[in-house]
Amino acid sequence: MLDAYIPVFLFILVALGFAIFTLMVAGLVHPRRYNRVKLQPYECGIEPLTDARDRYSVRYYLVAMLFVIFDVETVFMFPWAVIMDELALFGLIEMLVFLFILVVGYVYAWRKGALDWT
Amino acid sequence: MLETFIIPLLQIAVLLNAVLVAVTFMVLMERKVMAWAQARLGPMRVGPHGILQAIVDPIKLILKEDITPVAADKWVFTVAPIMSLVPALVVFSVVPFGPDPLYYVADINVGLLFIVAVTSIGVYGIILGGWSSNSKYPLLASLRASAQLISYEIAVTMTLVSVILTSGTLSLVGIVEAQREAGVWFGFIQPVAFVLVFIGGLAETNRVPFDLPEAETELTGGFHTEYSGMRFALFFLAEYANIIVISAIVAIMFLGGWMRPFPNVEALAFLDLIPPWIWLIGKIFLFLYVFIWIRATLPRYRYDQLMRLGWKVLIPIAIGNLVITGIVKVLV
Repeated sequence: MLDAYIPVFLFILVALGFAIFTLMVAGLVHPRRYNRVKLQPYECGIEPLTDARDRYSVRYYLVAMLFVIFDVETVFMFPWAVIMDELALFGLIEMLVFLFILVVGYVYAWRKGALDWT
Repeated sequence: MLETFIIPLLQIAVLLNAVLVAVTFMVLMERKVMAWAQARLGPMRVGPHGILQAIVDPIKLILKEDITPVAADKWVFTVAPIMSLVPALVVFSVVPFGPDPLYYVADINVGLLFIVAVTSIGVYGIILGGWSSNSKYPLLASLRASAQLISYEIAVTMTLVSVILTSGTLSLVGIVEAQREAGVWFGFIQPVAFVLVFIGGLAETNRVPFDLPEAETELTGGFHTEYSGMRFALFFLAEYANIIVISAIVAIMFLGGWMRPFPNVEALAFLDLIPPWIWLIGKIFLFLYVFIWIRATLPRYRYDQLMRLGWKVLIPIAIGNLVITGIVKVLV
């Protein structure tokens, strides 16, 4: 059962190795002619006056929270979809109830304006 | 020993090389197709019709100066591109290029879930890359990118559920076999899902018309503005590897993967002379071409339009498609 995952782990190791190896090879050969201006954060030629990590729009947090809710609920549907053949009508009704609750939450978020960006 | 380690390692080596070569040639293909669409010639200098450009570009990137800005978070700045690239490559371990075990690295029974989970890790690379740069444009771009990726992921994941309903399995090999049994590609049974996953794929890979995270005209280059040299190249590789992954998934789920067209029509059996992996790669390149074609054709969305499309259009369609698929499955 878990044997099927051995190649996947191997792949992860190989991919990691590849990424680190290329970075190291490039680190050996690339030129290093740094100066103060070159190492500044890019800001269209203007000297950066403030730190970049400023406050940003609260909507990003809102999107992230909505994502967590909806994505977790979607993951619940995966096992249901796989064994749908055995569950038949019972499974369908159960899932319609679940989806109905999900849609109620979705409509609530919509009506509250959580889905509007402007 | 041979079965568990050596053969998979050989497969991984072949696959990894194939992906990297495919990425370099896709970059060339993109430049060429864009050029033709705009009545230009594109790269012509290196080799016949610029063919060798695909080899010269990576060499150039290795030899470029690699800058870490003084304000940046040094370690996170280096880890971010690796975190972006590794998931994009690892996904290929479950992509089947043919019916027997020789053609895929692993056939795990939760293949589709694995793909959804692993591709999501790539978002961390983008967020960390933008954050650690400590520069304004990359930070804005990484915020945009992560919000966009997670918004479209809901619609795509939900659409995948309706495809699983049709196939009854999460294994990618199983999904292709289910299409053989159904005698028709799922693209015809689930046309709505096909279009939804493709649109979602455009958004997940930050392609036009959803390329706001890298809108050059407003953000100079996106979350990798501060990156240069090989670390930039890793982000670049990850981005194109992701495009190939999405194309492969769409081809496997909706266009029959490695199968020839009309797998149940005997009269077309001569098409089986073409090996299965060529069929899949052909379908992948068809989608890569469509990706480039769309880039050459469409303008960019505005950010509020993008969010509205994701949350208010695609998600209701995905839920509706799921409900209809479920009802049809039980009643028919």
